[in-house]
Amino acid sequence: MRFLIPLGVFLVMVIFLGVGLSLDPREIPSPLIGKPAPAFDLPTLEAPDRRFGPHTLKGRPYLLNVWASWCEACRAEHPVLIDLARRGEVNLIGLNYKDTPEKARAWLEAHGGNPYQAVAVDANGKVGIDWGVYGVPETFVVDANGIILYKHTGPLNRKVLTEKILPLLRTPQDPRAKTP
Amino acid sequence: MKTLRHLIAIGLLTGLSISLGNAVEIRNFANPEQQARYETLIQKLRCLVCQNQSLGDSDADLARDLRNEVYGRIQSGESEEETIQFLTDRYGDFVLYDPPVKGITLFLWTGPLLLFLSGGFLAIRHLRSHRLNPSRPPLDPEEKNRLETLRNQLRQGKSD
Repeated sequence: MRFLIPLGVFLVMVIFLGVGLSLDPREIPSPLIGKPAPAFDLPTLEAPDRRFGPHTLKGRPYLLNVWASWCEACRAEHPVLIDLARRGEVNLIGLNYKDTPEKARAWLEAHGGNPYQAVAVDANGKVGIDWGVYGVPETFVVDANGIILYKHTGPLNRKVLTEKILPLLRTPQDPRAKTP
Repeated sequence: MKTLRHLIAIGLLTGLSISLGNAVEIRNFANPEQQARYETLIQKLRCLVCQNQSLGDSDADLARDLRNEVYGRIQSGESEEETIQFLTDRYGDFVLYDPPVKGITLFLWTGPLLLFLSGGFLAIRHLRSHRLNPSRPPLDPEEKNRLETLRNQLRQGKSD
């Protein structure tokens, strides 16, 4: 029976190390989940004299995707965003983070087009700080009441989109969700 | 001659490491208290991009932006707590090297003490059980014989 003790200790260590290995240290939980989306009022990429902010979308859920032309991983998620825009299920907003409008426009053109309904230009990254952005790309899910429901750090892929993000956006409008 | 060369080498090496360690901008403050507040803060706060460096040590773009943010806030007269609150509201406890004690961090804070105490408890129990019932193997017949002869010798020695 005594040999079971070191075996037990070993198994506990295996479990702890296994959990530790499967965690992504870059995935930092956002304190903004469940809180109102930080307000901003920024010029848009399409027309600098037109401003954009979360208030513009009041009453509609949306995805805020933080991206930049200098961001390598953004290239990987761009086809996913284009596909999402084509299906037209969600409002997709871009936050062009610490970039220049010329480079941002050229990048969109070179990588398959502009999937965003609007792109807010956060040239100095101040809005990024308010949203707790630390690694581009990041994607926030905001519901119709302007509450942040979810944050994904790193490039979006179809799996995250279909399993995590789209269900969050569908639930409030789905009439079947209300019937018990 | 050799010592001089050694001294020069040491000087170069330490000088080099100091210049490498200072990736930080030159800041002007209205008073030394603000400067001290800024300098302790950027050492207390953690860079989110290169997670094992403080804001003060990191050369990452975000670290620079956050240093600017902290600098602006200190200059406008904000206290250390207010600035920390601003950053934890956005980035969570992760920006702090010393996370506050609360439900989720309770194990983090008490874990080492619990481990130490349980280790001590096990060690004491182990030592005690050894002293009370020495679990040495019984003597085999040969050893018993030797013990017997030794005892006899002792007894004979006394009677002599």
